[in-house]
Amino acid sequence: MAAIEKVIGGHPGIYETFPRKGGAAITATHYCAGCGHGILHKLIGEAMADLGIQDRCVVISPVGCAVFAYYYLDSGHVQAAHGRAPAVATGISRAEDNAVVISYQGDGDLGSIGLNETIQAANRGEKLAVFFVNNSVYGMTGGQMAPTTLIGEVTATTPNGRDAQEQGYPIHICELLDTLKAPVFIERASLSDIEHIRKARRAVKKALEIQRDKKGYAFVELLSPCPTILRMDAKAIARFINEQMEKEFPLKRFRDKSAEAQAITRPKSDFSQESLDKIFGCESGICVQFQEDPVFVVKGVKIAGFGGQGVLSMGLALAQAGFGSGRYVSYYPDYGPEQRGGTSNCSVVISGQPIGSPVVDHPDVLVAFNRPSLEKFAPTVKKGGLILYDSLAGQFQAPEGVKAISVPATGIATERRTAQAANTAMFGALMQAGNLGLPNEAYGNAFRVTFAKKPKLITKNLDILEAGAQATRVLEMSARK
Amino acid sequence: MASQLVAGNSAVIVGALYAGCDCFFGYPITPASEILHEASRYFPMVNRKFVQAESEEAAINMVYGAAAAGHRVLAASSGPGMSLKQEGITYLAGAELPCVIVDICRAGPGLGNIGPEQSDYNQACKSGGHGCYHNIVLAPASVQEMCDLTRKGFSLAFRYRNPVVILADGVLGHMVEPLEFPKEALLPGIDTTWAVNGRAETRGNLVTSIMLNFDDLERHNSKLQEKYELIKENEVAWEGYRLEDASVVLVSYGISSRIARSAVDAARKEGIKAGLFRPITLFPFPEKAVRALAEKGSKFISVEMSNGQMREDIRLASGCKPVELVCRYGGNLIRLDSILEKIREVA
Repeated sequence: MAAIEKVIGGHPGIYETFPRKGGAAITATHYCAGCGHGILHKLIGEAMADLGIQDRCVVISPVGCAVFAYYYLDSGHVQAAHGRAPAVATGISRAEDNAVVISYQGDGDLGSIGLNETIQAANRGEKLAVFFVNNSVYGMTGGQMAPTTLIGEVTATTPNGRDAQEQGYPIHICELLDTLKAPVFIERASLSDIEHIRKARRAVKKALEIQRDKKGYAFVELLSPCPTILRMDAKAIARFINEQMEKEFPLKRFRDKSAEAQAITRPKSDFSQESLDKIFGCESGICVQFQEDPVFVVKGVKIAGFGGQGVLSMGLALAQAGFGSGRYVSYYPDYGPEQRGGTSNCSVVISGQPIGSPVVDHPDVLVAFNRPSLEKFAPTVKKGGLILYDSLAGQFQAPEGVKAISVPATGIATERRTAQAANTAMFGALMQAGNLGLPNEAYGNAFRVTFAKKPKLITKNLDILEAGAQATRVLEMSARK
Repeated sequence: MASQLVAGNSAVIVGALYAGCDCFFGYPITPASEILHEASRYFPMVNRKFVQAESEEAAINMVYGAAAAGHRVLAASSGPGMSLKQEGITYLAGAELPCVIVDICRAGPGLGNIGPEQSDYNQACKSGGHGCYHNIVLAPASVQEMCDLTRKGFSLAFRYRNPVVILADGVLGHMVEPLEFPKEALLPGIDTTWAVNGRAETRGNLVTSIMLNFDDLERHNSKLQEKYELIKENEVAWEGYRLEDASVVLVSYGISSRIARSAVDAARKEGIKAGLFRPITLFPFPEKAVRALAEKGSKFISVEMSNGQMREDIRLASGCKPVELVCRYGGNLIRLDSILEKIREVA
């Protein structure tokens, strides 16, 4: 029986036999007689072999009749999900700079479910040759309407013919891609008959030449016969393509920038430890040994205010101060629903042992930069705890058993013409009155880390830090009197 | 060794780069976007590859491509984005491709909000896409583990040729803690026995998940199930805290386990023998260890920010013992007080 089956074996770039297909006829393809896929496979195989790029080639086979392209083409193969081949191709091409990546797709795959991937890969100018088989229907799934189905064409899902008012018009992919800047080569060819196949062969080879030379994105659409689904004989399907499809999808070389296009090469990945240590600043990283210290009393601090008042950066600075002192620390910025343009708050835990919850529900110290934060969180402060609030929040009666200090933080910062540094003044107040068990120098040292990239700001902030501490010291003393 | 204060999402990138991760493909989504930002910044510094994809689907399929080429690849997303990625993940599992996918879980269902939740448990652990497959699922509970488990994820992904999901949440992604940087950087190689990377030695290779013949596909499925059994046998990881004499056992992972740990301390102060069982691998779930605790007569409380998705696994592992649940939804964290209340009730 094998002798009468159509054979495409024995051609360059095509396996001699097709063991992956299995079955008795290992030199026969699974394609129907008269199908365009077999022809296109042959053209691609021939071009790969002619250009000497078979080792470099990775063919991505689509969902559809050509899902089994890997039975035939003598190259590396990856099979992809429906419509996703250009994304898969991007992954391969970015990972392997020297690979020649070929995406082989049908009209439903490329023009419908995968249209976004198609356009975006083209727009990025990926190093990729796309061969687009346009036969105007879904073949493998049983002849449904494709994005390229002609007006009036009968399919399994347009039993009365495609009606523009209901199903829209055929999509012109080449024309669509021709609006983009990045593609190097775009051509529409046909596989209807010998004469057309000769021209198509040149387009296929050109697209692969561009890949051989790493020049970027090349797209070839091929009007292709599907005699089985369209229920036509060989002559009728050729006529259908030449007379009807071509009218809708004119054959044309839309673009060829291959002469002027430059090769795209990406540098080799650097996996060395030295480079990683350098980019993360590990050489200058602080070497901190965490010693468990069960005697150290764990402290939870809540800092709250309007967005832009430096709530989160003060929290980070405090975490840094604890960290620099060899304490276990955690910092958690609370992303509540009011985060945009509203209030923000963060939790800092400082401990002598590994920290459980990083969320402070009942703070030892509350720092409040505005009235709403003060009123919201003051009732949650532990008995014996402390509230530091900006004097601008106005008069405030602390809950019983809780000490509250009104710190002129904004005033101190404004006097020094840096109103945005109120949080630094407050940080000074925390250093003075917070009783967090950290040495005073830890607070200043925290700035040296957080402002490492803006050294000019360190001196200024140390000055405001000290002023905040001094003002608080005076307030504490007068309170004692 | 160098330590720095680092946010959880940044620690993922540190772990990945030191694990020899070569490519990152991502799409913006809160609260996972910082991973994308950090990747865009650091990957090009060492000539690693970064692409901001056009969609979550495209991103996971770029992962599929680079993984098929044998490279170490990272993806990151959150709830809605993870849902979109499920198609790609089942293809990765079917084609047995290694990769690491980080899920910074947010509150759902639907668009939900950007607060933390742990409601992607089922999607991550029970095969969120079609077909009989499993991801290996690791659950970090600290910034250090965000880095360390990402590294471990790559080694597991390649040992078993299987996707690995790092299941974290919005709190872990954004909280800042000291991170001890990895002591060595891994130099990755390409396994040419299966990869397809455009070189002569891999020209004969094929990466696919289609097997038209029913018997072939059944054999492939059986092979996958055998692999999952092997993973269950070898890779279970968990941590116990004050479990030795515990009569009430909190079972909790991720950020909830941190709050549960504090609740254990608080309960102990009241004289209640509470302990914490923290699964580090969610698939494979530490069934044997839970069964052993059940046989000792421990009473279980599942502490999770979901409707008891993990509780089902505890119940099964314990031999259908009753398992209490303390949970919150909608972006709200579980409060220590409510765990403590449940402990008192159960004890």
